[in-house]
Amino acid sequence: MSSDRPSALDLDQFRATFFDECAEVLPDLDSRLSTLDANAVDGENLNAIFRAVHSIKAGAAAFNFRSLVTFAHGFEALLDRLRDDRLELSADVASVCVRSGDVLASLVEAAQKGTDIPEGFGADVLAEVEALINPEGTPAAIPEEKASAPTVSEMQSWRINFTPHRELFRHANEPLLIIRELKRLGELEVCCDRTGLPELATLDPEEAYLGFSFSLRSKASRADIQEVFEFVDQDCDLVIEAFSPEPPKEAKVPSRALLPGSAATAKSASSERKAKSPSFVRVDLARVDRLINMVGELVITQAMLTQQPSEVGTNLRDQRVQGADELAAHIRELQECVMAIRMQPARTVFARMNRLVRELSNKLGKKVRLVTSGDETEVDKTIVEELVDPITHMIRNAIDHGIEMPEQRLAAGKPEEAVIHLSATQRAGNILITIEDDGAGIDAEKVLAKAISKGLVRPDADLSEEEIHELIFAPGFSTADKVTEVSGRGVGMDVVRRNIASIGGRIHTNSQKGQGSSFTVVIPLTLAVLDGMHVAVRGEKYIIPLASIVESLRPDRRQIRSVAGGDVIFIRGEYIRLIYLHQLFNVAGESENSHPALVVVVETENGTKAGLVVDELIGQQQFVFKNLNENADPVPGIAGATILGNGRVALILNLEDICSIASASLKRNSKSGLEHQHEAVLDAGEMSALAQASASAEPVLQTQA
Amino acid sequence: MAKRVLTVDDSKTMRDMVAFTLKNAGFDVVEAEDGQKGLGVLGSANVDVIITDVNMPNMDGMTFIRHVRAQPQFKSTPILVLTTEGSEDTRQKGRDAGATGWIVKPFSPEKLLQVVNKVCP
Repeated sequence: MSSDRPSALDLDQFRATFFDECAEVLPDLDSRLSTLDANAVDGENLNAIFRAVHSIKAGAAAFNFRSLVTFAHGFEALLDRLRDDRLELSADVASVCVRSGDVLASLVEAAQKGTDIPEGFGADVLAEVEALINPEGTPAAIPEEKASAPTVSEMQSWRINFTPHRELFRHANEPLLIIRELKRLGELEVCCDRTGLPELATLDPEEAYLGFSFSLRSKASRADIQEVFEFVDQDCDLVIEAFSPEPPKEAKVPSRALLPGSAATAKSASSERKAKSPSFVRVDLARVDRLINMVGELVITQAMLTQQPSEVGTNLRDQRVQGADELAAHIRELQECVMAIRMQPARTVFARMNRLVRELSNKLGKKVRLVTSGDETEVDKTIVEELVDPITHMIRNAIDHGIEMPEQRLAAGKPEEAVIHLSATQRAGNILITIEDDGAGIDAEKVLAKAISKGLVRPDADLSEEEIHELIFAPGFSTADKVTEVSGRGVGMDVVRRNIASIGGRIHTNSQKGQGSSFTVVIPLTLAVLDGMHVAVRGEKYIIPLASIVESLRPDRRQIRSVAGGDVIFIRGEYIRLIYLHQLFNVAGESENSHPALVVVVETENGTKAGLVVDELIGQQQFVFKNLNENADPVPGIAGATILGNGRVALILNLEDICSIASASLKRNSKSGLEHQHEAVLDAGEMSALAQASASAEPVLQTQA
Repeated sequence: MAKRVLTVDDSKTMRDMVAFTLKNAGFDVVEAEDGQKGLGVLGSANVDVIITDVNMPNMDGMTFIRHVRAQPQFKSTPILVLTTEGSEDTRQKGRDAGATGWIVKPFSPEKLLQVVNKVCP
């Protein structure tokens, strides 16, 4: 061993990389394992699984995570046999593989967190794995770490005869390098045998002709010397003889990695515990480069803005204006770059669902296929993590409640196998995640009956189909006839909605009885910055999230009608309730604008539209979202705040809250629902007058819904 | 001039560890995620030693070695295969493909340097 090299480099710094890599590999592994199919062996899939397990094992070995290495080794051996067709992929074998994947993931997690692994954890699965590898019962022991060759302390003389075969050079081996290595071991004398050298005319420069004999005086052992020749021993004739007697071979040192209870074990256990679990994002280098470029541009712009006019005739004002424009453009781009760093493909969530679908459908005896699309759609990392639970829950629900048994499906004229379509798309500033199934759909009657029995609605309530669908999101609601092991765990769609709302998202339902259901989750692309409409109400400034705005208009007085409980506006064949923000927030003062005021039509998560009456539209811009919860009690109707360019604070509206506050006050004012009021109050003539008025209304701004 | 080593491995952990160890010892290191990318690197940079993993997507280590050896300019470039303990089979396959030698995983930094130095021209 060369002693002139730096020793004991600390490789612990690569632990984080290792776990980071595991976090990337494991979900994919899980998804691939769940698609292992006894009927259709996919070689590439098996190879990918093997590679994943192999790379986890290699990394684990480097950091001495013993239990992980032992388990991964057995698992790898099993996969290797499957790859080579030495073992047939039966349903049982596939199941062992899936469970092995679980154990592997748990062991990685334990290694990362430094938690103690319970005695015998995963031993049952490993035993199954080993039984498959070696049906005869000889355990597939993990190869022992080779003991380093004991160094002989006494000086010895060696004679070595090294006669390379002609093809020695084909593997880029080189006698000169061997001589150099031998020289490191001690005093060396070299004798070259040129008898094999042909005439120059017939000499092939790519073949080896020279032979060598060495005499070496060294403290090295025979094994040390053999190691020098280890890469060439098939390409040469080699004789190694000792002049003086060799010392007896020392007993092999048992692998410290496998010696239980030894000091080495204790040390490695403590080093496993030492591992921290910081959260990392792996970023495409190109994105970082772009970021750095943008910062460079910013520095230049800053220089432009702060520069003093040094030459007569320089128009400082023009320069400043240009600088400010560039600054705005650069900051926008910089912001996009930074956001892009946090982006992760939806695949990371989707990949985990394959297995869920497979296991659950098997358990329930249903046939379900998961189809995903838009896997590459990028979503903020935080959002990706927050999406796992809601999507898991909705897929569980779909399989448990939505999808019928195969025979029922056949009877209903549907294909036996149900399809759940999980898709992600990006639209404007939002990501749409849709979970669509072709099952039985939501049974409105059943839902209503359940809701009535649970006291969620009054028995005489007259609800539309959509309103009934909304009931599944009510806290404490569950359509399952009895609590099943699968989805009746006390976590309902209300939690799903709450989870999604917590990341600023909304969820819509659409269901046709007998045809299936679809749930659409709309979430903002990123959490930190939102596009909003800046509005003024009696001098107060509010922000309306742009994604919710359908259109803005200055209505004709004739368009607005008072009905019992409030005002409505008739737009494009629809009655929309008006909400006067100054009343709602109790803002004093007179409108600066003369009537008619401006109406901003917004649409909430459940598709309810409302017209917010404001005094002024100040403009559309991006706002940095600041949560108020740390500093103030939650205010109904307010989602958060932002700081404006002039340093003032503007409140960001929570439209769902506002609509429900308004409808609560409406209900207080009227006994029956709004829909009936329209019919009661407006006769046919009034309706057509409203319709005409709405056609002549002047749209101020229209935003894509 | 510093000798340059190309490390081809789909595991970033492995590439990082190899690169760190070798850079500390004064080598220049270039990296590639798989055989195909490895060939790309070889097309644009001079490399003195190649270290490659076996199991990689797109192009595995053995195919990569065969492609490298098939090019005359790399006939005498040492190629080391990363193998695991006890896989004589991999070593033999590596040799058949044209590899110079092997490095057994897991390796200590010292061992890695020792093997690279052993074959480095």
